[in-house]
Amino acid sequence: MTSIFQVGAFWLISAAIIFTAILVVASKQLVHMVLWLAVCFISIASLYFLLDADYLALVQIMVYAGAVSIMVIFGVMLTQKPDIKECLLFNNQLKLATLVVIVLLALTGGMTYRADWFVSGGTVPADTIAYIGQLLLSKYVIPFEVAAVLLLVALIGAIVLAKEVKPGARSRD
Amino acid sequence: MPALAISPTNFVLLSAVLFFIGLFGALTRKNAIAVLMCIELMLNAVNINLIAFSRFVTPQLFTGQIFAIFVITVAAAEVGVGLAIIINIYRHRLSVNLDDFDWLKW
Repeated sequence: MTSIFQVGAFWLISAAIIFTAILVVASKQLVHMVLWLAVCFISIASLYFLLDADYLALVQIMVYAGAVSIMVIFGVMLTQKPDIKECLLFNNQLKLATLVVIVLLALTGGMTYRADWFVSGGTVPADTIAYIGQLLLSKYVIPFEVAAVLLLVALIGAIVLAKEVKPGARSRD
Repeated sequence: MPALAISPTNFVLLSAVLFFIGLFGALTRKNAIAVLMCIELMLNAVNINLIAFSRFVTPQLFTGQIFAIFVITVAAAEVGVGLAIIINIYRHRLSVNLDDFDWLKW
């Protein structure tokens, strides 16, 4: 990736991703947090377009920016108490967590900077969706089916967990 | 290597920064739903890594992209079940503050 447009796009998108991620962590209002999270997800999707992964970019927009954000918004609205403001944003481990994160980031950054990556000069085929579809239904068919079963189990589990318990109903045991 | 070229190092550094921003939020936020959102940020950082290596190392095989699809699937399931658990706890405790969830402490 050496074209000036790709380089400029990479730095622009990275700045957007990191800026919105910091806003997600630092927002006071939970609803603002979800909105910045959606912006962050869409910036990450544009990074996937830059990496020639169009299918992943579409999935990112549909699943993360669409479904996950809507689900989290519902969760926020179902659990928010209107009368009590959240007075303290962070818990009492702020200093320790800052230290741990900075040390780990310095370690990872240093190692990454010194590493010598192997880069193959190949290019991604033009229509990635056809290749991914064939791979998912031939070589990766068992993980694909297991993922489907996992989604079904998670669906049923979420319904059972979140089902409202009627006050007059007798308990199950 | 030209000075301006984008190499895997740039993508790994970007995903490391995003991962640690998410980790910081997950360690320090008090609200359970906020922690769930920060975990989503961390999973997205992992996906950036996977897709960048898929593009730079094995562009014809799509291994990293298919791995990322499964990560997205598991993340969606995790958000659904996690929110259901938080809503259920909220009904019992009327709180989503993680410091109040201490039933298992003895």
